[in-house]
Amino acid sequence: MNKAIRDLVGEAEPQQSKVKLELPSIVENGNAVPLTVSVESPMTEADHVEAIHIFNQKNPQPYVAVFHVGPRAGKARVSTRIRLADSQRMVAIARLNDGSFWSDSADVIVTLAACTEQ
Amino acid sequence: MPRVLINLPERATRGEIIEIRTLIQHPMETGYRLDGNGARIPRDIINRFACTYNGEEVFRAELFPAIAANPFIAFSTIATRSGELIFSWTGDDGQTQIESRHIIVE
Repeated sequence: MNKAIRDLVGEAEPQQSKVKLELPSIVENGNAVPLTVSVESPMTEADHVEAIHIFNQKNPQPYVAVFHVGPRAGKARVSTRIRLADSQRMVAIARLNDGSFWSDSADVIVTLAACTEQ
Repeated sequence: MPRVLINLPERATRGEIIEIRTLIQHPMETGYRLDGNGARIPRDIINRFACTYNGEEVFRAELFPAIAANPFIAFSTIATRSGELIFSWTGDDGQTQIESRHIIVE
């Protein structure tokens, strides 16, 4: 996950506070975990979020999804449902149109992992 | 033909931010699971979703195997004027499923 994040942000250090990543802190079933990410932004032509990248720490692949948004979105808020193979940390990184990166993370405890059933 | 659910208001006020919720029936096979004989089940996922509003792209997502089966995506857009929203889901097999919905903006 750290390498995938480094490939995205380069030398930049993502700042905190604007991004909010919401997941349940404990999930019984890792096969469908609700995830909502939102970014504080006016979403105008001059100041908006361009993309939100979702990463996980322990699944076989670091990427979960990339959401491309823009001024036409009105607000930067996206929800989906994900799979988690194990208890782990999730990270969301938003790229704004000024090139800055903002991030948030959430720790999730999974009692029944996804991907293990035959 | 996989089933698709799309939830958005039929009518909206100009400038209103509307929420759109979508779901498509799909196994989102990760490529990491084994079948009964120990053979790997090949990956088969929806890897791209996009929404255009009167021809202009307003939302796009790249999806990975960590997205749950029957992928659900909720996002928002500004109701600008009456017209057509086109939703498209593209799979690893290159097939794209397209659905459209009309919205009345007043």
